Amino acid sequence: MALLEIRNLHARVEEKEILKGVNLTVNAGEVHAIMGPNGSGKSTLASVLAGREDYEVTEGEVLYDGKNLLEMEPDERAREGVFLAFQYPVELPGVNMATFLREALKAIREHRGLPPLSPAEFMKLLKEKAALVGLDPSLKQRSVNEGFSGGEKKRSEIFQLAMLEPRLAILDETDSGLDIDALRAVADGVNKLRSPDRAFVIITHYQRLLNYIVPDYVHVMVDGRIVRSGDKSLALELEEKGYDWIKEEVGLVA
Amino acid sequence: MTTTLTATTTRPEDRFLHAFEAYAGEVLNGTSEHLATLRRKAIERFGVLGFPGRKSEAWKYTPIAKVLQHPYRIDPMPTVPALTEQTLAGYAIPELDAYRVVLVNGRFVPELSTTSDLPEGVVLTGLEAAARRHADLFEKYFAHYLDFENEPFLALNTAFARDGFFLYVPEGTVLERPVHVLHLIDTDEELFLQPRNVVVAAPGASLKLVTSGHSRTAQRTFTNGVTEVFAGQGAEVHQYDLRLEGEAASGIFSTQAYLEGGACYTNGTLTLGGALVRNNVSVRFDDQEGEAHLYGFFLGRGSMHIDNHTMIDHAVPNCVSNELYKGILDDEATGVFNGKVLVRPHAQQTNAYQSNKSIVLTREARMYSKPELEIYADDVRCTHGAAIGQLDEDGIFYLRTRGLTLQKARAMMLLAFARDVLDQITVEPLRAYLDELVAGRFGA
Ligand SMILES: Nc1ncnc2c1ncn2[C@@H]1O[C@H](COP(=O)(O)OP(=O)(O)OP(=O)(O)O)[C@@H](O)[C@H]1O
Ligand SMILES: [Mg+2]
Repeated sequence: MALLEIRNLHARVEEKEILKGVNLTVNAGEVHAIMGPNGSGKSTLASVLAGREDYEVTEGEVLYDGKNLLEMEPDERAREGVFLAFQYPVELPGVNMATFLREALKAIREHRGLPPLSPAEFMKLLKEKAALVGLDPSLKQRSVNEGFSGGEKKRSEIFQLAMLEPRLAILDETDSGLDIDALRAVADGVNKLRSPDRAFVIITHYQRLLNYIVPDYVHVMVDGRIVRSGDKSLALELEEKGYDWIKEEVGLVA
Repeated sequence: MTTTLTATTTRPEDRFLHAFEAYAGEVLNGTSEHLATLRRKAIERFGVLGFPGRKSEAWKYTPIAKVLQHPYRIDPMPTVPALTEQTLAGYAIPELDAYRVVLVNGRFVPELSTTSDLPEGVVLTGLEAAARRHADLFEKYFAHYLDFENEPFLALNTAFARDGFFLYVPEGTVLERPVHVLHLIDTDEELFLQPRNVVVAAPGASLKLVTSGHSRTAQRTFTNGVTEVFAGQGAEVHQYDLRLEGEAASGIFSTQAYLEGGACYTNGTLTLGGALVRNNVSVRFDDQEGEAHLYGFFLGRGSMHIDNHTMIDHAVPNCVSNELYKGILDDEATGVFNGKVLVRPHAQQTNAYQSNKSIVLTREARMYSKPELEIYADDVRCTHGAAIGQLDEDGIFYLRTRGLTLQKARAMMLLAFARDVLDQITVEPLRAYLDELVAGRFGA
């Protein structure tokens, strides 16, 4: 059984249809990249999978581990192992990073039938995972994302991913705004987290990231649909030729 | 002693005036001559001022007249039921190592108070006891700086004041342990209570005071409480007032602080309980270099009505006032904030900051916020801001995508909202306790 099975997914926001029939199958252990022009619906897809209520699903279905994902509350999805690294992580002044992660981890572990970590174990894990993604350890004493630089926010998302150990991780443009070193650190982090029972869906505009995190599949989303899928060479082709040729092929440009 | 006054007359004021005459002979007598004289003066003023009418600007959003229509039992010396240590333990603030003063129905209970091991010269006792045993100190400070001439509730309290607590820290003495005053309401009658407290930090002295109010009754009660604070030259006073009364307890809690030069005063008014609660905190600077920090946090639910009025009188140059009030209104609760800052013509180099932020959680909850700056000096820095908003849905969604339930996520966001105010609390166990209370209220 596939870990994620998206079938003919349609979604709209405020009367505007954004996803117009997305089909995608992701198996455990795989890395999928989704590319596509601005505004084509990539983040919308990520949001729908994470459970944002602003989007109304009008057609289609999403199965996660065989279960109807769309029926679950956002927090239920998270506890079931779905994780979204946001394109624009919100700042939460007053919410301490460490406290927040302790609560999140506790909830997720409880769901998996595991006891909460002791404070010492938790601190150890925190340190370990911060090192894994090259996050400045002092950041975890701060409020979630508050005053973090763009790059720090992205690293912090991957740090959370590392802490919560999801089964399906969706990364929405985690590479944008990262300097070369940070990009490598984040990619290294992700690579270390790759495992046979975990899958990644990586939304990106740049082939560069895919040099570090080598995907099994590359998909192109245009106008709310995945219009082409291939292997990593598709990313190179896009890098070279842009999107127009694909748009032409699928008849979206005259 | 057992005179009961239950007769309802048309004006609530008359009930108090009659009660005063009835009690003046015995109950209100015998505390001190000084007090007796003040009482007369105060009741006369009260008679002239009367309760605030419906048109009173200061009571615009708080229907006090209606609440005062209720025929509460006016008794300056209400009975004090016996309480056990075990009962009191339920009102303790975890980990707080403090001198404990217990007031039941406004009366000092020495048997339950632990005031031994006080540093030399420190007085911590009931108001009535202080009037008898420390008459010099009592007369020096009692009602000395209090503006009861113009405030009916202060006048009324002064007229009836009989007990409460009295704290005096002598010159240069640092009271290391905080003082925790428990105000318990425990009665099977609909009492009108008027505790009166006096807090004095002599020049160079330093103290931390936590008061917490609780009710152990479903009877409707009203408290008209007054606390006078005097901070001498360079003294430091930290005062936290925690309201945790139940749904039947209403009251007006007035704190007036008078600051000498270089004194530093911190007030934290934390309202988590009560029916209709009005907090009046006012600060007057007597000389330069004074500093006042006023923090407030309120959490209204059910049909609670929480009104915070502050008044900072910059009567002299070179003082700093800094004010931050934050509130969360749930269900059908109402919040009011009115922050007045007066910078008088001579008060140059004044720094005055004020901010009030509230979150309204339901369509039925209300918040009225009104900063009121009156500035008559030109070389000053004053800022103020007020904001009323809702919970940040994006923040909640973010937390939920990390596995936190909606309830947990909301609680975390609300606690985060309160964070910058709660973090100002310098008595750590109290700060931790508030975190817990606030999180607990929202089910985290
Ligand atoms: N809440 C919303 N209200 C209105 N329009 C929206 C909303 N969210 C998304 N859209 C619109 O839906 C379309 C798809 O947006 P989405 O963010 O999914 O694109 P994207 O592929 O992630 O683009 P980018 O590469 O720029 O991140 C855009 O036209 C966007 O303006
Ligand atoms: Mg996007």
